[in-house]
Amino acid sequence: MIRYLSARLFQSLVVLGVMSFVIYGLMGLMPGDPVDLMISADPDVSAVDAARLRALYGLDRPVAERYGNWLKAALSGDLGYSRAHARPVLDVLWPALGNTARLLGAALILSLAVGLPAGIVAATRPHSKIDYTINLMAFAGVSVPPFWLALLLIIVFAVVLGVLPAGGMGALAGGGFWEGARFAVLPVASLTLASIGGHTRYARAAMIETLRQDFVRTARAKGLRPTRVVIGHALRNAMIPVVTIVALEFGYLFSGALITETVFAFPGMGKLIFDAIMGNDFNLALTALLFATALTLLGNFLADAAYLWLDPRISFRSADA
Amino acid sequence: MSAHALLRPAIERFVRHRLAMGSAAMLGLVALAAAAAPLVEHALGASAAAVDLFDRFAPASPAHPLGTDELGRDVLVRLLYGGRVSLFVGLTAALAAACAGTVVGLVAGYLGGRIDALLMRITDSVIALPLLPLLIVLAAIDLEKLGFSPHAAASENASLYRIVVIVALAGWTTVARLVRASALALRRRPFVLAAQAQGAGPARIMMVHVLPNLATPIIVATTLAAGQIILLESVLSFLGLGIQPPIPSWGNLLTNAQELIWSSPALAFYPGIMIFATVIAFNFLGDGLQEALDPRAQRR
Repeated sequence: MIRYLSARLFQSLVVLGVMSFVIYGLMGLMPGDPVDLMISADPDVSAVDAARLRALYGLDRPVAERYGNWLKAALSGDLGYSRAHARPVLDVLWPALGNTARLLGAALILSLAVGLPAGIVAATRPHSKIDYTINLMAFAGVSVPPFWLALLLIIVFAVVLGVLPAGGMGALAGGGFWEGARFAVLPVASLTLASIGGHTRYARAAMIETLRQDFVRTARAKGLRPTRVVIGHALRNAMIPVVTIVALEFGYLFSGALITETVFAFPGMGKLIFDAIMGNDFNLALTALLFATALTLLGNFLADAAYLWLDPRISFRSADA
Repeated sequence: MSAHALLRPAIERFVRHRLAMGSAAMLGLVALAAAAAPLVEHALGASAAAVDLFDRFAPASPAHPLGTDELGRDVLVRLLYGGRVSLFVGLTAALAAACAGTVVGLVAGYLGGRIDALLMRITDSVIALPLLPLLIVLAAIDLEKLGFSPHAAASENASLYRIVVIVALAGWTTVARLVRASALALRRRPFVLAAQAQGAGPARIMMVHVLPNLATPIIVATTLAAGQIILLESVLSFLGLGIQPPIPSWGNLLTNAQELIWSSPALAFYPGIMIFATVIAFNFLGDGLQEALDPRAQRR
């Protein structure tokens, strides 16, 4: 088990290393470079000066060499300054990370709290009206454009009813906890609604698969009440694949956070990355993207570990399981 | 037994699947309406690009069935033209993703061993990445720095082709995994072993014997991918990174809608409902096709 997990960890690190090079390379392909930005700030910079500045910052070197220098500095803890925020990159990153963690955490808990029971109820009554309705809602949930859902929520709750703010974050304005919570309602609701559909479908599929197995038939044959069979016997087994899929979904959830945060102007990682890319804030965009990648890979690694832990039937003999 | 006799029960199962039939009809209707965009434009006498600042935010009327937008352009005509672009991007990218995914899945599943392990590791790694932020980077890169001529990079259609490539990059993994699972099951089947015994090479066996039997997973995965791809295109265009105005797409029609949300919320409604209807139709269709073509996989 230890061997398998360390091999998986190694694989994740390789992917992270490859992605750091790819993202670094892509940053170099974005329009403009730091010297262009200096020129646009000060039109008096001559072409000769620009060339000298490029040489000074090493921008005329091949990409592999520049990447090597960046990596050396990054590994020693120097990730550079954010151009737009005029602060060290990590100082900008941590608060955003905290905001996103709270947003994602709340949305994940709420969508699981609704999605799992809905999927299980649908699975225990296949082809019934309830199953049909839940299935229809779940399909709608995975098909709705997440940003449009956010816009509809704004229209209903901010424009028409006028009960909730359309965006931003209250805590910055100096309000208390409840004031901040008011600002969080719509982003959390929009992200939750966007993920309930998927969770319902996974739970339903896993439960149907489990209810078909022999031990469930045995439990029913013993004369146990249906609720007892579902909750006492099937549920634990059905949750194994669901836990894995939910953890694997981390990358997807993060993409959802980017959309939600951008629409609601919520100061989290997603909006930070988007603004950094749009604003040519190279250091910040690079580091934030790598953080997002690393967190997603970590989520996947934890999914694998949880799967092994939850399902003792998995054998560790086959090395490439 | 002829191919027709084999297809018949599948067609009957599909026709019985009311949601899938409805979805197919719905997609046909949307495609027809998008194709008829120039006719509607002509009939209304309202050009898609004609700006009329004296007629901004007009309510619905016979001349403008859905009213006009912030520049006085006809919303219905813009919506239909946007549909052409969104459907074109969705279908082209879905086909491209299907081709790439099929090649990867077929090679990995049939050849197996180290090639399979390598290709699947790569596929899993791509699935594991936070896709949207990375696609945003791809959408933001400067084509001139990639060696395209400034003329080509600035041309109106550059954003169109770029978005096709970008969303296809995100869509191939689903197809690859489904195709690989099916190819893996096929490689030990007697007809494949017979072909091997006759001395056929791996390339020939894959093309002639295995590929035709993969039609079901390929069709199902491509249909589901088309929905996902249309959704992704709309997100990128909404963020201002996909299809660039003045070319309308369902996604970028919503970009301005957010700023105008207080004055005319209706503008935010129509493009979204079109995306929603199209994507859910593709999803129902994929589900129905799977049940019709592969009843064993979905015994519920």
